[in-house]
Amino acid sequence: MPGKLKAKIVAGRHLPVMDRASDLTDAFVEVKFGNTTFKTDVCPKSLNPQWNSEWFKFEVDDEDLQDEPLQITVLDHDTYSANDAIGKVYIDIDPLLCSEAASVISGWFPIYDTIHGIRGEINVLVKVELFNDLNRFRQSSCGVKFFCTTSIPRCYRAAMVHGFVEELVVNEDPEYQWIDRIRTPRASNEARQRLISLMSGELQRKIGLKVLEMGGNAVVGYLQCFDLEGESGLVVRAIGTACTLDKLSSGSAPNTNTHVHPNTAPASNACNSPSKDGKESPLAHGCRSTHNSPVHSACSSQRLSQNFSVSVPTLIFTGMGSGGSAGKEAGPLKTLLRQQTQTALEQREFPFFTLTSFPPGFLVHVGGVVSARSVKLLDRIHNPDEPETRDAWWEEIRQEIKSHAKALGCHAVVGYSESTSICEEVCILSASGTAAILNPRYMREGCLDIGSTDHRFEEPSPPSCGFCHIPYDELNMPFPAQLTYCYHCRRQKVPDVLFTTIDMPPEAAVTGKGCLIQARLCRLKKKAQGEVNATAISNLLPFMEYELHTQLMNKLKLRSMNALFGLHIQISVGENMLLGLASATGVYLTALPAPGGIQIAGKTPGDLSNEHHILTIQKRINDTITKNKELYQINPPELTEEVVGSPIPEPRQRSRLFRSHSESSDELSELDLSHGKKDAFVLEIDDTDAVEDIHSLLTDAPPPTGFYSCNTEIMPGIYNWTTGVQMFTSVRVFRLSNANLTNQGLNKIFTDLCENLLKSFYFKLRSMIPCCLCHLNFTVAVPEEELIQVAVTAVAMTFDKDQTQEKPADKPVTKGCSETEEQLQFPLELCADSSSITTQTSSKISGVPESTNVSPRAASVDYGSFADRCSTWLELLRLKAHTIRRGSVKTSRRTQSLAHSVSSLERSSPLPEGRSRSLRSNRSFGGSSVPVVKMTPLSFLPGTRIIKYLGIINMFFIRETTSLREEGGVSGFLHSFIAEVFAMVRAHVAALGGNAVVSYSMKECVLMENPNKNQAQCLINVSGDAVICVIETDQESMPSTINVVQTCSSGADGAT
Amino acid sequence: MAVELDVFVGNTTIMDEEVYQLWLDGYTVNDAVKVRMEGGVLEEFEASADVLLSDTMDQYRTFQMCERLLHSPAKLANQLLFQIPPHRQAILIERYYAFDDAFVREVLGKKLSKGTKKDLDDISAKTSVTLKSCRRQFDNFKRVFKVVEELKGPLVENIRQHFLLSDKLARDYAAIVFFANNRFETGKRKLQYLTFQDFAFCAGQLINSWTIGAVDNMVEDMDVDLDKEFLQELKELKILITDKDLLDQHKSLVCTALRGKTKAFNEMEANFKNLSRGLVNIAAKLTNTKDVRDFFIDLVEKFIEPCRSDRWTASDMRLYLTHYTNSAHILDTFKHQVVWDRYMGVIKSCIFKMYHD
Repeated sequence: MPGKLKAKIVAGRHLPVMDRASDLTDAFVEVKFGNTTFKTDVCPKSLNPQWNSEWFKFEVDDEDLQDEPLQITVLDHDTYSANDAIGKVYIDIDPLLCSEAASVISGWFPIYDTIHGIRGEINVLVKVELFNDLNRFRQSSCGVKFFCTTSIPRCYRAAMVHGFVEELVVNEDPEYQWIDRIRTPRASNEARQRLISLMSGELQRKIGLKVLEMGGNAVVGYLQCFDLEGESGLVVRAIGTACTLDKLSSGSAPNTNTHVHPNTAPASNACNSPSKDGKESPLAHGCRSTHNSPVHSACSSQRLSQNFSVSVPTLIFTGMGSGGSAGKEAGPLKTLLRQQTQTALEQREFPFFTLTSFPPGFLVHVGGVVSARSVKLLDRIHNPDEPETRDAWWEEIRQEIKSHAKALGCHAVVGYSESTSICEEVCILSASGTAAILNPRYMREGCLDIGSTDHRFEEPSPPSCGFCHIPYDELNMPFPAQLTYCYHCRRQKVPDVLFTTIDMPPEAAVTGKGCLIQARLCRLKKKAQGEVNATAISNLLPFMEYELHTQLMNKLKLRSMNALFGLHIQISVGENMLLGLASATGVYLTALPAPGGIQIAGKTPGDLSNEHHILTIQKRINDTITKNKELYQINPPELTEEVVGSPIPEPRQRSRLFRSHSESSDELSELDLSHGKKDAFVLEIDDTDAVEDIHSLLTDAPPPTGFYSCNTEIMPGIYNWTTGVQMFTSVRVFRLSNANLTNQGLNKIFTDLCENLLKSFYFKLRSMIPCCLCHLNFTVAVPEEELIQVAVTAVAMTFDKDQTQEKPADKPVTKGCSETEEQLQFPLELCADSSSITTQTSSKISGVPESTNVSPRAASVDYGSFADRCSTWLELLRLKAHTIRRGSVKTSRRTQSLAHSVSSLERSSPLPEGRSRSLRSNRSFGGSSVPVVKMTPLSFLPGTRIIKYLGIINMFFIRETTSLREEGGVSGFLHSFIAEVFAMVRAHVAALGGNAVVSYSMKECVLMENPNKNQAQCLINVSGDAVICVIETDQESMPSTINVVQTCSSGADGAT
Repeated sequence: MAVELDVFVGNTTIMDEEVYQLWLDGYTVNDAVKVRMEGGVLEEFEASADVLLSDTMDQYRTFQMCERLLHSPAKLANQLLFQIPPHRQAILIERYYAFDDAFVREVLGKKLSKGTKKDLDDISAKTSVTLKSCRRQFDNFKRVFKVVEELKGPLVENIRQHFLLSDKLARDYAAIVFFANNRFETGKRKLQYLTFQDFAFCAGQLINSWTIGAVDNMVEDMDVDLDKEFLQELKELKILITDKDLLDQHKSLVCTALRGKTKAFNEMEANFKNLSRGLVNIAAKLTNTKDVRDFFIDLVEKFIEPCRSDRWTASDMRLYLTHYTNSAHILDTFKHQVVWDRYMGVIKSCIFKMYHD
């Protein structure tokens, strides 16, 4: 009996009138945990009852504490008939199980009913007493901290990053059980809410166990999702990054001695002998050869995609092989030999990180975006109640991601995420991330070629450009890219364009400001069933990815930018169409070459009127580029470059982007389309579609003056945030007419929908100018045949206009540097078992993976699904055109390197002294009886310092109505539901003692309506981290400077 | 092809004061959009009409959801559904309870009953205040009336505390409640020239001096009902006009004091007895509920109109009433000085306020 849960019901207020005769209510409360239920007395005839109950005590296993929510039901007592339920409150006990988080839950909770919404509030006190018994065989994982934040939480230091954790649980969906025919909608909704709450708890506990096995104490970047598969079940799955976190004592200098050496960090049980000798280097070659053959060919050709699933076993071989070494290519074979005995290591077979933001210096190189998609049929699952099939599906996808990363010469994937889109029995599984090489200091024994590349610039590689340098071998490039010497350090090669799914590294040097770039696409498909449908979707996917990529590329060039961060591509499936939405934040990285213009070319050069037309378009494009340069303040020192000339005498190359999918690359050299001195990106107008596309390219309106927007955490180029914060959620559903729509027509509708949403935001938030919409997260869905749903969650943050132009220069540069150093204490847990290291050299191409362990997976591919993978950033990149521009700019370099050191500091403490003034005035509102709880999708609140993480918030609600018209139609219904969800999140945070939610996100918003029956139902899932934050003051920032310097020296020790 | 659903919800509830006013004024969404377009928000912010429509819809929905809370403003402060900064809450409440002078002038002194509510469409047509807005204002009056009806303590303070209104607005509501309770006639043609603020001022005077609350501050309805004992005592003042000597003495005292100080002296002298009878008769009749209702009309007919036809100026009026009141103190045989003062204090300030065009 390792835990005692205590709950006390204090009072209620604003209860609804349950007795029409007296206009009053006789309320009492049932408190339930597991199978135990307690009741309070009835408080007669009051809408504001005072129960002041005794402490109800539940003696329970900690396993239950993790899985079960505390369930509080408020009822109206009725002498003659059954008691009427007023509503419920589910309280997640998890935050109380961690000593560092909240110690008591106390506060007013909205009483929620799935039919009526919020009905009054109840004041509750909850405590937990845990009895420690660490030695028993644990089923629970109490004490493991969970963070939604996708960076190292602000008041922690990562002693060790263990790597990828994932888990998936399946259950029957209560809505699809036979009993649902006879029970009330309320009972059904409550069963569902409760089940998902239980499943989330179980999932978290299981992931916690994996983390404990790995020796970690926390999960960062925890991403939990639901798949409502319908008949085949309800899946709750989660991924995250296991870490060992040390709390930085706030205010005073931390005792740095406790975490001096990364290798002595407590968690080393999973890496028995952290060997870092040179034995692995020969293997590196072996590795490379592996990825050169099967993987590469598979992903470079989409026409092979159907066959691709056949080649899966081979891929599993390479993929499984590298288990255990988080991020090293050297690992595959050694683990192979081990894997039969060491199941625990399976968890680390994927060198994936759900983090999107890293301590400076951790990320060495970024290769590019890797993604994989697969179409599955849910009605083909043999054992729908068991997780095996889904596990196998995800396993395949992850393997593919991993092989793509390898093809890019990278050993890790960062900014990794997974998602699904389900329509009837078809399910598209997607995963994406950014191939990367992580700090060689902590993985010195990485692949030889990579290692050698690293060595060349290990010391001087400037953090402001190092991550842009190519990770792959220049002579053996995975795709034809145009490389130039880095415009920043001029030592390493960089690609001409860089796409990533991560946030921009804070130390990166940028020119001007960034902006949100979206590619939107609709594709009609025939209605079909089963395999035919799946094949149709599979065939469409590569084209969609290709077009999205083209759009992104064009829009990027149009804005005169050369890199995308936070790229997120969502492909959503409906009965008769597919929707694709790619969002990213474009920036001009100083290290990368300036993008060339966009050149328009006609198919038939002889036609005069056509030529005139082309000239007009060309002019518009050029004007737009010029305008955008001004708008985003992109003034790279390009003129000087051209004078200095290029150190690498390479012929300028140009190519065109073809509308069609065919690779008729031989035409390339025939046309000289160069545009002045610049190399241009060529768009060929060969049909009306292309014209449409170009028009749509130009119709993207820039944000109005005073506004910026991005989908990353913060806007590159803006540093002086003030404290105005407004988080919002907006949902729009568009009904298409019955008319026969073309793809073009649909595209236009979809584009307008997104553009209008943005315009609406700008208008609504105009009072916050100057302001930036950050973390704009668009989610698209096709809830019904003729509906398109777009849901957006974002935060508007104000900044100080006067200082936008320059980064604050009054900062001591040393502080920036030391901060960097401190964070470098961030070793990966790469240490693999030394025994395998010795053996792995022997066998490289072994049949071992074809063993029993693998075969079920392969089988599942055969029966279950139509797998299609459109990985293929590689493929797309291949078709891309390039611009080479180079030249050394000595004068600009100095200023930039100064700038980057400052910017890194800015990032870690976003609000330096003197900018917190407006927060105080905000705080004066705190005088009201309801505590103010701020919410943001970012990992921080500007102007404040997070002093405590109180635990994860992960809530799932269902709301249903049978009086849709009376509630103001679907809009009224959803509006109040979203407001209620916010209210419940705030109440839970406040009850934990917090005053803010960071990394907030709305994972799911499923709306089903039937206006004819006057009914609607909606499911919403939200998550975030509850925190306490305080206003940052000058005094507080001083000691942190000191402790940062101290850890700096210790960090250096640790690295040696 | 249409937007089927369109919502925007902020963690801090977003409210535009201009849209709130349009909502309060009872504009439909489409009309509100038109007004806003004419107001030039669009040019300022290069937005389209769709954007404006969507924004207006969102705000209207928010206001509708808030309306329930605004009915008991104290709830607004401790509800959890909307996160609204306190200063915004104050604005929301104050604006919600604000009313149109034209409208209130129509219902002032009427019984706040269903019957009156049925006439609201006429009032709406007459005042060109939308019916929706009329209903809100009427319901506000009724709600405040119902709540304070059963409360002890000072009226203004009760209103301010229960409805979290500003002092000014609380006083106006006190006047409305007071008028509704005593059913003062305000609608007669002769009273049309008076504004709500004139009446509100008079109500304040009456509440302060003539109610039970003026002598005892712990009774129910203390500020709403007139002090019955006082009304009885007022009958004693009749001696000023029934006793011939007293009347003459009073007249001569007043005339002596006024002589040479005003151009209207002759008219004052000629009319003294009439005017004095008028005022004292009003006092003597106040025990009848019917006559209480006619209090203002009587004041106008018996006093203000005669003076106005004699072209008294406002300062003439001031001068006359001051001396008229003070001279009574010098009358040896007049023993009702306290009642006289309590009566004339209010009458004086009411007439000063009401004596205009």
